[in-house]
Amino acid sequence: MTAPLAVFFVLAGLAVIGAVSLILQKHPIHSALSLIVVMIALAGLYLLLGAEFVAAVQIIVYGGAIMVLFVFVIMLLNAGIEEHTSISKMAGAPGLLLVVALAGFVAATIAKSTESVQATPQSGEIASTIGISNMIFKDFVYPFELTSFLILVAVLGATVLAQREKS
Amino acid sequence: MISFVSTFLSANAELVITIVKIVLLLFIVLTVNAYLTWFERKVVAHMQTRWGPHRVGPHGLLQPLADGVKFLFKEDPTPAGVDKFVYYLAPLLALALALTSLALIPFGPDPIRLFGHDIYLGIAPPDLNIGILALFAITALGVYGVALAGWSSNSKYPLLGGLRSSAQMISYELAMTMSVVGVLLMAGSFNLKKIIEAQAHPHHPELGILGWNVWPQFLGFFCFFVAAVAETNRVPFDLPEAESELVAGFHTEYASFKFAMFFIAEYTSMITVSCLCSILFFGGWLSPFPASWTLTHYLPSVILIPFGLWVIWDGIRYETVFGRIILPGVGTAFAGLGAVFVLLPNVNEFIQGPFWLLSKIFVFLFVYVWMRGTLPRFRYDQLMAFGWKLLLPLSILNVIVTSFVILAKMQWWGAR
Repeated sequence: MTAPLAVFFVLAGLAVIGAVSLILQKHPIHSALSLIVVMIALAGLYLLLGAEFVAAVQIIVYGGAIMVLFVFVIMLLNAGIEEHTSISKMAGAPGLLLVVALAGFVAATIAKSTESVQATPQSGEIASTIGISNMIFKDFVYPFELTSFLILVAVLGATVLAQREKS
Repeated sequence: MISFVSTFLSANAELVITIVKIVLLLFIVLTVNAYLTWFERKVVAHMQTRWGPHRVGPHGLLQPLADGVKFLFKEDPTPAGVDKFVYYLAPLLALALALTSLALIPFGPDPIRLFGHDIYLGIAPPDLNIGILALFAITALGVYGVALAGWSSNSKYPLLGGLRSSAQMISYELAMTMSVVGVLLMAGSFNLKKIIEAQAHPHHPELGILGWNVWPQFLGFFCFFVAAVAETNRVPFDLPEAESELVAGFHTEYASFKFAMFFIAEYTSMITVSCLCSILFFGGWLSPFPASWTLTHYLPSVILIPFGLWVIWDGIRYETVFGRIILPGVGTAFAGLGAVFVLLPNVNEFIQGPFWLLSKIFVFLFVYVWMRGTLPRFRYDQLMAFGWKLLLPLSILNVIVTSFVILAKMQWWGAR
């Protein structure tokens, strides 16, 4: 086993364990912490593939900003331990079915693909900062700007909803 | 056995060098942290016309050691009702992240050549292309230490402190990241080494201090420094631990060494911020003088030798016997170091970079202490308004102006 492969298995295992623990944990803060572990393990996987910029942004945006907001909101609301209702217990059955279906689908896709799965770093061209900015601001500039407008609209909507009581 | 060790060393040389470097850096940083507390207490005391620590050792120099021993041997109670796992995780996270961020700082331009290996000062490889981004990634995670400590203590004051600090760090992180963009645009790279080299202006070696980023990016520097002070929870932004309102804020329920871990984390992030300020805006390891002024290479000795002699002179008249032994010894070490820098031209050449970087870091650390001795604390609404209504717009304005100037240069003067 080569060193990158070993690192891959450690990070992938960490991501899977984090994801499972995210579901099984009873307290929202513990679930949020598990999600952070998943985000950071994913960033490590990106780094392994040579996508340094994406890895750093993954940690800054998802691991830092978004998850801090999650933790902040959970702390602010002082959310307690999860309670099971009869509906949440019933939701387990279709959930299990969905898991089996999804796993089967992923396995089938991997089995059908003729090319061998690549886990080696790409050459710096595609994943480098220059490559990504060329893609965002040259090749896909209109979709990118449209997405920013979408986010802006969402932010405005949130502001309007929050201020509704005043008017 | 010896042959086995030597083959292992030659096969894994990089690994061994890195581990040795990590241990050395940890030792240096923890020592510097300890003496930073001494420095801070001493400087603030003199600003308030007090003496500061002066009982333990000559001039109170052994006070950090006494504090460290006290931290180690104090009782370490775990309050009832805390969330055990998160309660123990929080100080660990805070300390680990603060120390990790220092690993990404390059401390000098030239490698030392030892046993056939080029050893760079600094743990991360000097060609790390995402240097500054990786640093921001680590700082972004630093919020968790404080927030989780506040939450897991299951007590009112820590929770309020944790909430305040999360809100403050989220708000000021935006401004901090935006204010650096101007520097990145000018250097065209995330690499900390390239950012410093861009400030050297290879075509105009006589610029010296005038070539540093702080002149064209003064607005960026202002925003960065203020936001960075807020990120490290220091005065005047130390609301998370405002004594008069929140007892001790997020670490109220922590005692003994777990409290010391938060303490060390705070001081380490002060050092990191000082490193970043000097690297991004003040030319890092570059000398402020034009390249042709070679006489300035003796400046380290000109400072060290008189300082060492003064410590000797002060030491032989010191009132305790212990001081009369220790202080002249320390003074001789300083003066000897200064003499070595004069007598060995190779060493003199090598220490120029680290000397300037360390001097700049020292100046910023002094500014931190100076602010603590001078400024009162912000009110919470003032803090939020300052971050969102002043710093963030200013830093965005800085990005826009800088990119327009760079574009104009490319269009009309064909630079780059």
